[in-house]
Amino acid sequence: MKHCKEQPEDLKRREFIGKTVLAAGAATVAPGVLLAVANAGSDSEGVNDGVRWGMLVDSNKCVDGCTKCVEACESENGIDRMQRPPGQDDAMWDAQRPQWIRKVKLRDKQTGEITNLPMMCQHCEFPPCVDVCPTGASFKRADGIVMVDRHTCIGCRYCMMACPYKARSFIHQNVDNQSIRTPRGKGCVESCNLCVHRIDAGGSTTACQDACSKDGHQAILFGDLKDPDSDLSKALRAQSSRQIRADLELNTGVRYTSV
Amino acid sequence: MHSSTGIVRVAGVLLAGALTLIGGLASGDSAVTPGSRAAGMDACVAPTDVMRRNHMEFLKHDRDRTVRKGVRDIEYSLAACIGCHAAEKGNGDYHPVNDEGQFCSGCHEYVAVSLTCFQCHSKKPEQKMSTLGALQGELDGDRFSGLQPGAAAIIDEQLQRLHAISREVSR
Ligand code: HEC
Ligand code: HEC
Ligand code: HEC
Repeated sequence: MKHCKEQPEDLKRREFIGKTVLAAGAATVAPGVLLAVANAGSDSEGVNDGVRWGMLVDSNKCVDGCTKCVEACESENGIDRMQRPPGQDDAMWDAQRPQWIRKVKLRDKQTGEITNLPMMCQHCEFPPCVDVCPTGASFKRADGIVMVDRHTCIGCRYCMMACPYKARSFIHQNVDNQSIRTPRGKGCVESCNLCVHRIDAGGSTTACQDACSKDGHQAILFGDLKDPDSDLSKALRAQSSRQIRADLELNTGVRYTSV
Repeated sequence: MHSSTGIVRVAGVLLAGALTLIGGLASGDSAVTPGSRAAGMDACVAPTDVMRRNHMEFLKHDRDRTVRKGVRDIEYSLAACIGCHAAEKGNGDYHPVNDEGQFCSGCHEYVAVSLTCFQCHSKKPEQKMSTLGALQGELDGDRFSGLQPGAAAIIDEQLQRLHAISREVSR
């Protein structure tokens, strides 16, 4: 049986029994078995590093008080399906409910100038969360998306400590009414994955970008950092932008202008 | 693996026996639950005997392909298992596929396996819904959850329903 290389083999017992069953029934099932195993191994390639997904956020266009991107993210990723555990107070619920994107408001102490920006996983080229993860659950896809494989996440939350952007959330409660498309459960860490299901289905926008554009702000631009002709690359060439905490040299995939 | 030891062979024969027994206990020769889409179909995504023995390996293999490599048109999608194997209650709602007596529970109870999958994964397909918007959501759900070609008929059926409804709405 073929396995993905990066996955630790944790199914010894079943493999053991399974193989024995195969041996016992080999005469009758062998052709079918071989066929199926061949299918399971014949990999269509999946994502590659010819692209690197990223984002440009124009905080000048990010409107004070608007939360369209947050709402869109929550419904796209099934976060709005989570219910407050009975008896939990507002403060605890706000602190513990997952947030893949949040609005941050900066106020210049000297001038009083207000800057708004959405903050989410910055999809670093050198992600600290991946460095510290003891199980390999925190990983970076070939196309630059940093995410959690919740099948291997043990909920230790080292990644949450390591992230300079406070971009990750931990699920503290049992979840019951997930949609088929957005699995989620107690005890794992999760964060913005740039709407990975859309990208894999050939989509070219994220839910937050769509919502922001629909509301007339156009503060969020998603695209391929490696394609010089992408709108994102053009925008990055046309105006000066910066990484948040550039001093950490993480080479973030999410960039900001007017900050 | 050293499958030549006596104990192993005995375990194998026992498990094979258990599987036959489970098959026999359920309706006729099949563990497939009445009221599920699978009940009206001839074949699973692989030959039935292969599925019985190897579905856990297949699921694990394809789960990694989806999550790690972004391959969505996998052969063994958990969302698709649920789409075919969850039984309808009759009112448009479904029985959770891991409830007692439902498809993903009977055999597992017998062999004392408890699945953690459904702490995160939905136990039901998206509900059948009457409004256009909701059905659109269901379609999106299927598009994004990577149903394999074998299940294309489901999408066709949904499309037809969608068209029927939009005709009604635009009238
Ligand atoms: C397209 C619909 C469809 C999908 C998708 C599907 N199945 Fe099936 N499955 C069936 C049908 C139909 C049968 C009964 C085949 C038969 O009668 O021999 C079946 C049979 C089985 C059996 C054998 C049951 C028995 O009687 O012993 C197992 C185990 C199984 N499926 C598991 C799965 C798993 C796990 C998945 C997801 C990877 C899955 N199926 C996806 C339609 C489906
Ligand atoms: C802690 C939460 C969690 C648990 C527990 C879990 N999964 Fe997942 N699973 C996910 C998430 C999140 C995805 C990614 C969904 C996506 O991007 O579409 C996923 C995706 C998958 C996929 C690919 C998508 C699909 O529906 O086919 C498979 C297959 C899968 N899981 C199988 C399993 C199996 C089998 C188990 C139980 C042994 C399991 N998972 C347990 C969270 C979980
Ligand atoms: C025909 C009986 C049968 C049916 C039906 C069945 N399973 Fe299983 N399943 C088994 C057996 C037997 C094992 C392995 C027992 C062992 O390894 O000791 C197993 C193990 C598993 C495992 C691995 C469990 C673990 O702890 O890692 C997963 C995942 C799984 N099944 C998923 C499913 C899903 C999802 C369905 C419903 C779509 C399903 N199975 C339906 C018989 C069945």
